Amino acid sequence: MLFWQILIDGFAISSLYALGATGFTLIFGVTGVLNLSHGAIMVAAAVAAWAASGNLGAGAYSGAAFGLVVALALSLATYYLIVRRLQLSRAVREEEKEIFILTATLLWGIMIQEAIAYLYTNNAKTVLPIVEGVVSILGVRTPANEIFTALVCWATIGALWVFVNRSRAGKAVLAASMNPRGVTLLGIELSTVYVGVWAIYGALAGVAGVLLGMFLGVSSYSAGPLTASAFSIVVLGGLGSVSGSLIAAYVVGYLETLTAYLVSPAYRAIPALLLLVAVMYVRPRGLMGRR
Amino acid sequence: MSRYEIAMSRAAGRRGALGMATAVLLLTIGPFAWAQDQGPIKIGVIAEAQAVAGSSIPQAAQLAADEINAKGGVDGRKIEIVSYDNHSSSAESVRAFQRAVNEDHVNAVIASYLSEAVLALEPWSARLKTVMITPGAASDVITANIAKDYEHNKYAFDGYLTSSAIAGLVCDAAKDMLVDGLKMKTAVMMSEDAAWTTPFDAGLEACLPKIGFKVLDNIRFSPDTTDFTPIFNKIEGEKPDVIITGISHVGVQPTVQWKSQQVPIPMFGVSSQATNSTFWKDTNGATEGVLYQGVSGPGVAVTPKTLPFVDEFVKKYGNTPSYCGYTAYDDVYMIADAIKRAGSVDSDRLVAAMEATDYVGTIGRIQFLPQGDPHVHGLKTGAGFITGLMLQWQKGVQVNMWPAALANGKLEFPSFVKIASGGN
Repeated sequence: MLFWQILIDGFAISSLYALGATGFTLIFGVTGVLNLSHGAIMVAAAVAAWAASGNLGAGAYSGAAFGLVVALALSLATYYLIVRRLQLSRAVREEEKEIFILTATLLWGIMIQEAIAYLYTNNAKTVLPIVEGVVSILGVRTPANEIFTALVCWATIGALWVFVNRSRAGKAVLAASMNPRGVTLLGIELSTVYVGVWAIYGALAGVAGVLLGMFLGVSSYSAGPLTASAFSIVVLGGLGSVSGSLIAAYVVGYLETLTAYLVSPAYRAIPALLLLVAVMYVRPRGLMGRR
Repeated sequence: MSRYEIAMSRAAGRRGALGMATAVLLLTIGPFAWAQDQGPIKIGVIAEAQAVAGSSIPQAAQLAADEINAKGGVDGRKIEIVSYDNHSSSAESVRAFQRAVNEDHVNAVIASYLSEAVLALEPWSARLKTVMITPGAASDVITANIAKDYEHNKYAFDGYLTSSAIAGLVCDAAKDMLVDGLKMKTAVMMSEDAAWTTPFDAGLEACLPKIGFKVLDNIRFSPDTTDFTPIFNKIEGEKPDVIITGISHVGVQPTVQWKSQQVPIPMFGVSSQATNSTFWKDTNGATEGVLYQGVSGPGVAVTPKTLPFVDEFVKKYGNTPSYCGYTAYDDVYMIADAIKRAGSVDSDRLVAAMEATDYVGTIGRIQFLPQGDPHVHGLKTGAGFITGLMLQWQKGVQVNMWPAALANGKLEFPSFVKIASGGN
């Protein structure tokens, strides 16, 4: 019974981690940007979905769609207002740009977070769930919402896989992550690829944020921890490796769930962080890292 | 003799003793001292302005000040509220406190509902000898510190219930409602790991067995917890009749997950966020059936002052006050009253006047525990003082269940909650 409970609960939370980390690692793999406003964008999506269905009376579906649109808009804003400006800037030296962009996304994330706290307070919100009720799986009473979360996460990750591996545009994205110079030599505008990737990222972060808001709830405080958890999953899996992130998401998700069930919910996050430290010692490039 | 004349004659006396050299200096200080004694009374308000509960603190304080000023102030002196947002941070609270005292020259401070922040401010209220009262922090350590070193720490007052007092009030309500009413026998405690829950849990562990509850487990979890599934599954496996909650930093998330997982056990106890009128919307109605301890509730006339305050607050700000709104409102009146009785804003005289407070506020009759009590400067609780309430969320409305004399509804639970009368 406990075994099944851990298996089912761990699966749902891991799927959510996987989706959140996929976008984060995609952006890093293709554009080389570590986007530290990741958590804030996820929270913004969830709070927007909550506000749309709670304050404006939109239904669960339109609320979720609105959350997605907000994440998309914020993601593109991150690219155009923050990342692109710094990349093109002459005032910042080339070798310092990476750290400038890193810091800028962090500040941008804090700005989004503070704006949310200012407008909607820092109390936690929950997005109106699309499916309600509970289902019994192998004797474990599971919220239908939890199954829905896992399914949508995998459908989204699956759609991304199909896009990257089967479509021409997706292959350009893949190529840009391997060899940006080669892509430009093939006559593909690199900046177009980047815009596309930021848009995909926005959609992924939006879906992850809205699902998180439905499944567990978020507050403006969650922004930092969400970025941190995506960051540690991605580092564990290997920076830039999508499959590595997926595996790492499940390792972290199950490790947390096991700890919460078998040790104490108070120490939930600790073993995963210890594992991260251990991996950094033994295999600094992460489980599946290329660099 | 007016206060101005006293100040001047005092200055004159010292002038003789100190000689002509200091006369010029004192002539410049004289008017300054006069300004401090005759200008507006300044009350600093340090609060979590972005948190739903905290945002009521400066609003309610301002409302009280406006009311007092409309009636002519305190002996003709107006009350001025100086607000600071501490962003729910202890460090920012300390900076705000220093600024309030050293730069803005406030006469007293109303500070924060976070125990962590108030504990950080307590040594500063002692160092800067400035009266400070918290409208919402509950850690017993606040009053314990005063008891430990009264002369030094006597400037701090706890204007809300200490955690152990809250535990006592929860037990009082549990005895009447759960043990006698629903014939429950077993409970699991579920508390967030925070400064206020240590004495709260200790209080419950002591009093729950006395009222006839068997405590099956005490689950403490990190306030960062987002996934409560393992916690609820563990509790359900232990088959208690009720979950006694001790949650304040968290609220929305456990409540929503309690509903979405359809945990068949009722929740009863402290759930600070549930006291906010926005809680229904924040949880999309998942709070239906949740029972929580409070000091006030919509439509509950705890004292004759309660409902007029709520009406004025709603009229002015468009939402209902949180629990620390009631206390912050009372705190301004209490400070004004103490200054009037002390006839001065001198901190030591103000402390003595505050200690003699006997004031019927919005949450009950307020008297502070005397020197010698382990909770000195905490509020007296129990019959005749503050008894608290036990409310339940029902269809979007907070309905009071306890004490019976103030009840305005009957217990109702969502269909997934199974009331296991008489054991498991």
